[in-house]
Amino acid sequence: MDQVMLSRRQALGGALGGAGGLLLAAMLPRRAARAATRIVEDPAGPFAPNAFVSIATDDTITLIMPNVEMGQGIYTGEAMLIAEELDVGLEQIQLEAAPPDAAYTTKQLGEQATGGSTSTIATWTSLREAGAVARTLLVQAAAARWSVDPATCRTEGGTVRHDATGASLTYGALAADAAALPVPKGPIALRDPSRFRLIGHSQHRLDAAAKVAGKAVFGIDIQVPGMRVGTVAACPVMGGVLRHVDDRAARQVPGVHDVLTIGNAVCVVGDHFWAARKGLDALVITWDEGVNSAVDTQTIYGQLHDALDGPAIVAHVKGDAKGAIGNAATRVEAVYQQPLLAHAPMEPINCTVLVAPDRCDIWVGSQVPARARDSAAELTGLAKDQVHLHNQYIGGGFGRRLEHEYVTQAVQFARQVKYPLKIVWTREQDLTLDRYRPAYVDHLVGGLDRDGRLVGLSHRIVGPAVVARWAPQALLPNGVDDDLLAATVETPYDIPAMFLDYARREAPGVVTAWWRGVGGTRGVFVVESFIDELAAAAGADPVAFRRRMTEGKPRARAVLELAAAKADWGSPLPAGVGRGIALQYVFGSYLATIAEVEMTDMGGVRVRRVIVAVDCGHLVNPDQVVSQIEGGLIFGMSAALFNEITLLHGRVQQENFNSYRIMRMNEAPAIEVHLVDSTEDPGGIGETGTAAAAAALANAIAAAGGGRRRRLPLMGAQA
Amino acid sequence: MLTLQVNGASHQVDVPDDMPLLWVLRDVLGMMGTKFGCGIGECGACTVHVDGKAVRSCSLPVSLVGPRPVTTIEGLEGDTLAGGVQQAWLDIDVVQCGYCQTGQIMAAVALLKANPHPTDDDIDQAMSGNICRCGTYRRIRAAIRNAAGAV
Repeated sequence: MDQVMLSRRQALGGALGGAGGLLLAAMLPRRAARAATRIVEDPAGPFAPNAFVSIATDDTITLIMPNVEMGQGIYTGEAMLIAEELDVGLEQIQLEAAPPDAAYTTKQLGEQATGGSTSTIATWTSLREAGAVARTLLVQAAAARWSVDPATCRTEGGTVRHDATGASLTYGALAADAAALPVPKGPIALRDPSRFRLIGHSQHRLDAAAKVAGKAVFGIDIQVPGMRVGTVAACPVMGGVLRHVDDRAARQVPGVHDVLTIGNAVCVVGDHFWAARKGLDALVITWDEGVNSAVDTQTIYGQLHDALDGPAIVAHVKGDAKGAIGNAATRVEAVYQQPLLAHAPMEPINCTVLVAPDRCDIWVGSQVPARARDSAAELTGLAKDQVHLHNQYIGGGFGRRLEHEYVTQAVQFARQVKYPLKIVWTREQDLTLDRYRPAYVDHLVGGLDRDGRLVGLSHRIVGPAVVARWAPQALLPNGVDDDLLAATVETPYDIPAMFLDYARREAPGVVTAWWRGVGGTRGVFVVESFIDELAAAAGADPVAFRRRMTEGKPRARAVLELAAAKADWGSPLPAGVGRGIALQYVFGSYLATIAEVEMTDMGGVRVRRVIVAVDCGHLVNPDQVVSQIEGGLIFGMSAALFNEITLLHGRVQQENFNSYRIMRMNEAPAIEVHLVDSTEDPGGIGETGTAAAAAALANAIAAAGGGRRRRLPLMGAQA
Repeated sequence: MLTLQVNGASHQVDVPDDMPLLWVLRDVLGMMGTKFGCGIGECGACTVHVDGKAVRSCSLPVSLVGPRPVTTIEGLEGDTLAGGVQQAWLDIDVVQCGYCQTGQIMAAVALLKANPHPTDDDIDQAMSGNICRCGTYRRIRAAIRNAAGAV
């Protein structure tokens, strides 16, 4: 596609490109979000049969994107689903971010949220239906205009045609008529997959042209007339509060306007970020750090390891695993440890807020726009419909923007001033006051029979229940966070007997949160490392061992065989080089990942290449599936090899990219992704590569002679 | 008052001498294509050209720029080589979140201007200062190769 229509929002941002000064018409909402209705009013067009499609009389076709774009390609994928059934080309559409509105609540997450690799799963049917309903009404409107049977009309490129008479009308010309027709009730026929024009055929990303031109507007790029820029220092120890701030020097810094405080943080506001930053550095702050100043990393790991013995909640029982292990010919046992991790998206945390007596505007990139809006309403005392949240492109989410505490913080500061306030955190603030992927410890015991088959598996998980804070109603009645069951209970294998229990230990001194891959990333590392340890104890080849365990799982078996064939599994390798495999079923998708690593001098590891076979059900935008696997793997490998957040006296020690190492181009392996054709409903894909990374690498390192590494990061201390 | 040459135009800016070029571009001139990532020159999101060379604008005090021409992503329009690089990016859909990509493209354009036919090692060397958290490295490398082939 050569031409990409930018939304008005993007075009507005783009027009700024070469302009001087902080001049921009306020991007005030064109449309009020009306909670609990299925119809979202859009002055752009009279025809808006549902919350996702709006057609104006000038033929402007606007698709409203229920999920936020943070790199995963969802704007393109979701537009393809609607456009397929609406029968328009992608070049004919404009995209807009959905406002907070109950119409965008998903069944999978129970609210308006983008996460958990659920977007395509959630919208696979509903967005096609939205397009089909709109098309059906447009055809009815045309047929009525021409007094013909709707069945004799067809659509093509945003036009309804009646071939017998040669009549044709554009969707825009029919929009007013279609808007007057009742929305059909009951199921609507969807296009047969054999006739898909878009779905299943790789389409270029609709956001790419603006992004390569520097015209895409991320939250941090928002400019509002009269806006000032603030940056924040919050108490470096979680739970601590501000005792005193001496801001005399800060107020002398040229360009500084205000020094604002809230209970646990100070914000310096300036004409620009640099003034704010210099002002912040000039503050003399005294914190009341509170009890968490006694927390070190070892405090957290110590509590996790202590809970390996003692009471736990039984989470899953199948057969008599303990009996089977007791009678097994060989017993295998291992303890794995995983660290706290930061999200570290490239776009540092930011939020722009204007609080007025009767309304509040928020410009931010959020994975949970309704939560963020509700929080602002609560703080300001405004009604929810007086809070207008304008969701923006996100410069990397990875779960960080499933939190909205930074929106709350920005509103707390902004309500103290009359001007629009843009808060931009420094990278140091972003890394040391992240909400972290939890640390976990797992203990697995497996029994093999004389034939080397797994007869029973016992598994204890120790760690926090993120869901208990994030969505307490979703904690299972028995107290288990079902995120922990991903990849541990739901495996690609037939395991005859399993016992899984969970000892909940909330980490002191940090807030724990979702992180790309969530339970899948957590679980695949331990389970797939352990499967390799079992294979080794059985004297079996890791692929052959898994093959025997997937006899009743054809989709798992197929990706295993495909990856093994593509990687030339079993072919000889030089000394110091090894292959490792991880097989997984998470987010509704099957992956087999084979990493090939080389042990280098000085104990280093070089990842030579990674081969992945994927069955994620029906492919929507195949090249973007490949892209997500590539990127997900890099994200996961970066963490698996290098990353660990540590605390000393309650303070996070990793402050910037010089101490939180990110994989770079010279370290990035070649990655080959092989897609399986499937007619199953789509599974999620954005987090699957991340989930695969650590196990594939750990198994490859062991095969390369680097030893069995049971602690992440793999390049960290192993004892 | 300092005079800056940015994208072929002269700008008078009244800013502190130690203010990094990045914040002059973003918060004074309103050119938002150059991104803030780390503030210490570790990630490359803020990469611009000064005198044709890729520099980290987050760590370059504006007073040290002097009369040398500054080019940002907004200034690439009309530049044939840069246009080829951007097209190569589009052809294979390099971008994901896109936040780092303007810095990546500035680094790639500087590389190809200095070295029209880089080896893979040359590419790694020129591009390893630019972090991409979405992990688009393989495609960036491929896009640079494609753009070089078209030069």
